[in-house]
Order: sequence, then C-alpha cells, then structure tokens
Amino acid sequence: MDEKHLKSGLVQLILKAETEIPPDVVAALKRAYKEETGSAKLQLESMLTNVELAKKKRCPMCQDTGILSFFIQVGTDFPKIGTLKGIIEQAVVQATKDIPLRPNTVDPMTSKNHGDNLGFYLPHLLWDFEAGNKVHITLLPKGSGSENMSALGFLSPSAGLEGVKQFVISQVKKAGGRPCPPIIVGVGIGGSADLVMNLGKRALLRPVGVHHTDSLIATLEMELLEMINKTGIGAMGLGGKITALDVHVEVAHRHPASLPVGVVIQCWADRRASMTINADGSWKVD
Amino acid sequence: MEYHATLPVSPDFLKKLHVNDILYVTGKLFTARDCAHEKMRAMNPKDLPFDPSGMALYHCGPLMKQEQEKWIVVSAGPTTSSRMEDVEDIILDRFAVHMIIGKGGMGKRTAKALKKTGSVYAAFPGGVGVLAAEKITGVSQVFWLEELGMPEAVWVLDVQEFGPLVVAMDSTGRSLYQRL
Repeated sequence: MDEKHLKSGLVQLILKAETEIPPDVVAALKRAYKEETGSAKLQLESMLTNVELAKKKRCPMCQDTGILSFFIQVGTDFPKIGTLKGIIEQAVVQATKDIPLRPNTVDPMTSKNHGDNLGFYLPHLLWDFEAGNKVHITLLPKGSGSENMSALGFLSPSAGLEGVKQFVISQVKKAGGRPCPPIIVGVGIGGSADLVMNLGKRALLRPVGVHHTDSLIATLEMELLEMINKTGIGAMGLGGKITALDVHVEVAHRHPASLPVGVVIQCWADRRASMTINADGSWKVD
Repeated sequence: MEYHATLPVSPDFLKKLHVNDILYVTGKLFTARDCAHEKMRAMNPKDLPFDPSGMALYHCGPLMKQEQEKWIVVSAGPTTSSRMEDVEDIILDRFAVHMIIGKGGMGKRTAKALKKTGSVYAAFPGGVGVLAAEKITGVSQVFWLEELGMPEAVWVLDVQEFGPLVVAMDSTGRSLYQRL
C-alpha cells in the first residue's frame, strides 16, 4: 500500500470538508434565504456568497477550522488497520500547513498552542467495525462557537419526552445567536453521560432533511424543529423565522432511573465530507 | 439605513447609527479575543504597543498564512463576542475604542458601556470567513504572536468596505439581542 498516496487522500478529505458544505445544507440555506426578510436575509445572503467563494478559492469557509472528528468504519479485512491512525495524524499536520488550517490545539495545562492540530486525544478518532475490506471515513470539523453551546442534562425519568423537549428548547434559547444560526441540532436521548453526547454528535452526520427511520423519533424531530423556529432567534440571532435547518435525534436504551439528554449544536456551516479507502490503498473522496 | 463609513468615525456619526442599520467600513481594524482582552485589561493606553483609538475592535481569530515574510489572510470571520462580555466595558472606557465588530451579540454590561461611551456593536455574519478575507486589503502589524499564537494575537488589518455589518447594539442602549 502506498502510504503517501493514502495520506494525500486524507488531505483531500480535509480540504473538501473545510471548503465545501454538502448539497443538503446548501439547499436548506437557500430555502431559508427565500423565506426570510431584512437582517436575517442579509446574513443568509452573505453565508451563501461565502459558500461559493470558499469552494472557488479552495479556502476554509470559516477561520475556525475546528476540532477534527474522524468517524471511521473499518472493514475487519482491511489489511493495514494498524497504520491508519499514524497516516491520519500525518495528513492533519500536512493539511494544517498546506490548506492551511488554523492551529486549534491548545494544551489545557500550559495554554500553549501545539501549532499543528495534533495533541492529546486529537484529532478525535472514533472507530467502528464493519464486515469487508474497505474503510469508510466521515470527517466532521466543528468550530467552538457551536461546540461551546453543547449541553448534557440528566432529567428525572418522570419528566418524559415533554421534559426532553423543554431541555432542548431551553439550551437553544440560551445559545441564542452565539452558535451561528441557522443551526442544526443533534440530540441524543438515553444511555450514559458519554454515550448520549456521542449520539448527539453522530446525529449531525445525517443529511439535513432526512428524518429518523423510526416514526416516533421522526415526529419528535419535527416537533422540536417547529418549536425552535418559533423562538424567533433567526440567522445570527438578529431575529427571524428560521433558527434551525433541522433537528436530528438518536436514541439509546436508558437505565430505569436515568433520562440523559445530550444536545450538540452545529453551526450553519455544517461541514462534513466522506471518503472510501479500498484494500489496496486506493481512495475516493465523495 | 445603509452607511459606508471611513474609520475613525465621528461621535455624531456613531449617534446616528441605529439597530438594524447596515454598515460598511473602510480603515483599520484590530483583532482581539479572549487573551488579548485579558492583556489589555491589565494595561494602560500608554503601555499598549499599538493605538486602538480610531480603529474598530474586531472579535476575530483569523486563519493566516505567511508567504515570503508577508502575512496573508485566508479566512477571517468573527468569533463569539459574548466571551469578552466581562472585559469589554473596561476596553471601551479605557482605550477610546468606539466600534466593536463581532457575532452573536453581547450582554447588558456591554450595552451600558456602549451607551456611556457613545459606541456601537456591529455584527458580521459568523462563519463567513472568506468573504471577510476578501474585504481585508492588507495586514499592517501583528502583536503578541509568539506569546499568544495565531488565533489570539492582535492583528491590525486594513479593510475596504468591510461588511455587510448590521448595527445590532447602538449608542442609545438598544440591542437586537435583548428581546430573546
């Protein structure tokens, strides 16, 4: 396997994720632009212009190139599983120099910036296994403006789904214009503290406009979206009809005594890109 | 109303600006976020290595690259302003800064300081980093780069028609974020 070639593929994945947003998000922003008026419309117009510019100039659309989370589905018959972590890290260092990315890894003890987007536990690699000999990677770079608005709640189980809705809405209201609305809201329900936040973040991988296959969960998503858009926060918090482009919910079974809720808010610049790596090391960025 | 202004702007002009006005500015901005605010909090104007009066304060941690010693702005949208809420009134009062540019809005403490000093807070759309970079025509100076790193350093930027900005908090104490 040509590791240099694979590294260049991963740099391409990072470049695509930082400079383009997926068509489902662009379509949703265009719909919001049509519906809005005044200051909110002006924000959406600038966002859409920026999307075009970033793609054309191959520049990161937001200066906050984020923390990089790689969701990796490894085929158990992929021959070089052991080399992947190292190659991804090398690609991050190269992308930081070449694209470039803003150095965003600061040692929490000394406040020194590592300078190359590597650090303890970063980039964040989330491994999963699947049958076959390919590797599928989805990269979600996420800036701190939206990530800082994440929230974990442990509700009393008696609060039920009504309590879950109130918790999500209160977090969105508290966040206001800070996470760069129109936002996409990922909600995890159930499991444990770490699992529920992970579900909230994984929920963001689903394209905007695609509801959960479970009809009860899909209904909850639609109800939450309607409630969020009634807040009137609007694009960048300047007031408007569209505060969220979508809400995605993922659930885990819960302990009888727990009702955890994880809220992960994504900014309008919902950057994500995917790639497939074949057993021979050849790759394709989708 | 829509205004195209050259910095520094007069106190009369600042008074004229109301929430929801659209504004484009030409002149100099200096970037400052968490760390630069903390440093400025501990300093007097005469100790500061640059003169912030006459410039707009931009809440931004830009993405820069260096080509043959020359700094180039790659992407430079605003950062979340509310993180600077505990310090901004001191900056407005002590350093004669009269225009803040950021995103997401600020709180009551800053609103009060804007009113007291006759200043405004203008919002640039978040995440719109490449469009912002297009309006930046040059990088005049950088301070505290070694110490604070790229995002936290103070960058003095020349801008041309920087906008569209929405006046979101004005000198009468009004704020578009209040009603939330």
